[in-house]
Amino acid sequence: MKASFRGGVHPAHHSKRPTRYQPIQDFVSDTVRIIMSMHIGAPSVPCVKKGDQVKVGQVIGEPVGALGIPVHASVSGEVVSVDKISYLGAEPVQCITISNDFTDTWVELHPLGSVEHVDPALIVPAIKNAGICGMGGASFPTHVKLSPREGQKCHVIIANGAECETHLTADHRLMLENSIRIVDGLRAAMRAVDAEEGIIAIEDNKPDAIAAMQKACHGRENVRVQVLRTKYPQGGEKQLIQAVTGKQVPSGKLPLDIGVVVLNVGTCAAIADAIIDGRPLIDRITTVTGAVAQPSNLRLRIGTITQDIIGECGGFLDSPGKICFGGAMTGLCLPDPTLPMAKSTNGIVVYTPEDAASVEEESCIRCGKCVSVCPIGLNAFEIKLAADKDDIEKARRLSVQDCILCGCCSFTCPARRWLTASFKMAKQKIAAKDKAKGGSKK
Amino acid sequence: MTILYAALTLGLLGLIFGAILTFASKKFHVDVDERIEKVKECTGGANCGACGYAGCEAFAQAVVKGEAKATGCGPAGAEGARKIGEIMGLNVEVEERRVARVLCAGTHGLAKNSYKYDGYRSCVVASDIAGGPKDCRFSCIGLGDCMDHCAFDAITMKDGIAHIDENLCTACGACVDACPRSVIKLLRVSQNVIVRCRNEETARAARESCMRACIACGRCKRECKYDAIIIENGYARIDHEKCTRCGDCAKVCPCNCITVE
Repeated sequence: MKASFRGGVHPAHHSKRPTRYQPIQDFVSDTVRIIMSMHIGAPSVPCVKKGDQVKVGQVIGEPVGALGIPVHASVSGEVVSVDKISYLGAEPVQCITISNDFTDTWVELHPLGSVEHVDPALIVPAIKNAGICGMGGASFPTHVKLSPREGQKCHVIIANGAECETHLTADHRLMLENSIRIVDGLRAAMRAVDAEEGIIAIEDNKPDAIAAMQKACHGRENVRVQVLRTKYPQGGEKQLIQAVTGKQVPSGKLPLDIGVVVLNVGTCAAIADAIIDGRPLIDRITTVTGAVAQPSNLRLRIGTITQDIIGECGGFLDSPGKICFGGAMTGLCLPDPTLPMAKSTNGIVVYTPEDAASVEEESCIRCGKCVSVCPIGLNAFEIKLAADKDDIEKARRLSVQDCILCGCCSFTCPARRWLTASFKMAKQKIAAKDKAKGGSKK
Repeated sequence: MTILYAALTLGLLGLIFGAILTFASKKFHVDVDERIEKVKECTGGANCGACGYAGCEAFAQAVVKGEAKATGCGPAGAEGARKIGEIMGLNVEVEERRVARVLCAGTHGLAKNSYKYDGYRSCVVASDIAGGPKDCRFSCIGLGDCMDHCAFDAITMKDGIAHIDENLCTACGACVDACPRSVIKLLRVSQNVIVRCRNEETARAARESCMRACIACGRCKRECKYDAIIIENGYARIDHEKCTRCGDCAKVCPCNCITVE
């Protein structure tokens, strides 16, 4: 049976066609700009200065706090500058620019050997030291996911290969070309937390990936492939858990509270690299598609500048309207093509000015489509009315905090109301209010 | 004959209920201070909540109880405070009227845009996308969150920044809370010489992002005879205690970011 969940939509899946059969190609540019806050949590602190020579894999950003992970140099060469730049978020972030000398000199690596024989206690520290964070988009530090608190026990680890977003084929190509590494990484994560089962979840629009992963799972302990129905947001953490295990993550709880951990397949491959080769996370696979001359899947060094990547793909077809990191449903718009990609950039999509144009918002016609597609089961139209009136307490009563910002409601709304954008605003305001309250108590 | 019975029955019922109501109104009588209603009439009546109470009614009750000051209602202004004082029999020392002022002068063409924003019309949302559509992180974003929160229609958007009509402003402070950049400040009407920039960047970066940015050059500080200008965090600000509103600083400012309202 093909697993699924309630609600969801079917956005343009033909958008994956241009890159679906494009094998992964390597691309190394002459300059990289490495951001210090690629993960959720406190930004790392630069530990190199202008003029330093760095090797590939050398730590250039020291971790801070419990959620911190180190940042590694992705090319060898000279540090050109350490400065603050404005990135995708509200606050400016520190950025280290390295000019590549193309010698590709590595630091000394410390492999831990086969994933089936390594001491399980060494796995989580190795993941942290390799600077691995969730590579599906949310960039939550992986070592934290794999560190259950007192009273929590992880039973199932799901490798997320759903890739339900439009345009993106990076995980698809990874599953075809590097399937053994994904299973290795999943096994390492399972052994680290002593999980009983490992499930690789893949949507049924990728039959070749399903076959490749089933072949890779053959002969491995407690690992299997679960086929999912093709539907967005099948790859959302909570939707995936519900589809695969039938359990729901309670509101305000983490998947670990019900004994499940979800890791992206890219993260699994990175874990395997960290254990088997001792290699830190210095590159990732990114789909470059949309209005570019040659849509491709590229293996990019972390920090490669967007306009270099687009140049490698033959440049823009036309003057670009928007450049987005991620697919059409949850992608973030890039303000400036000189900004670099980060650890969580699974795709770069270029839109033409016609495609990028905003739509006018109209009045709600009370059709209820937003309610029927919401994978969480929220009353989207009602929350929208509350958010527009800035009644955030009412929005809170209607559980806007549980919104995963998947965009299904905005996608389906016939009145083209900007539902998801207003929910994001309401969530931000609630967070700011709670923070202010917490601050005044102290 | 039938009509007589009906009239008598109804009349009797009316008498009985009347008696019950009279008894109840005497028995359960609650003393309501009539001053509450009078004080409420003197307030702005906008239920803006700037006084810290849940609306004008609650504020009036607090005044009568002696918990709140007669001057506590911003929208009521000096006149309202004086009237509330009269009702309460207090000698009210009226503070000077305050108004909200926008500490940014980066209009279209002067402040550089880093990208074109055509998303959800809200400063809070826009400020979260790569630090906002304007290059300057300290600027008025100009999408009108303050305008939406103003209960007195005192705010309009002109050339990409907020403009506050001082005659309509009641200093309730709703715009100050709504602004994600904190560029609106409540000042006394007489504090009319203001530096309309709070850019903390270095002079070069500030100048690159906006032609009206304060570059902390110190011309105003040297010009000021009363030592009323303080330069810290990369921008100048005016010490209103010392300022005599002569306006000399505004004349010499090379960036025209000091204004006299």
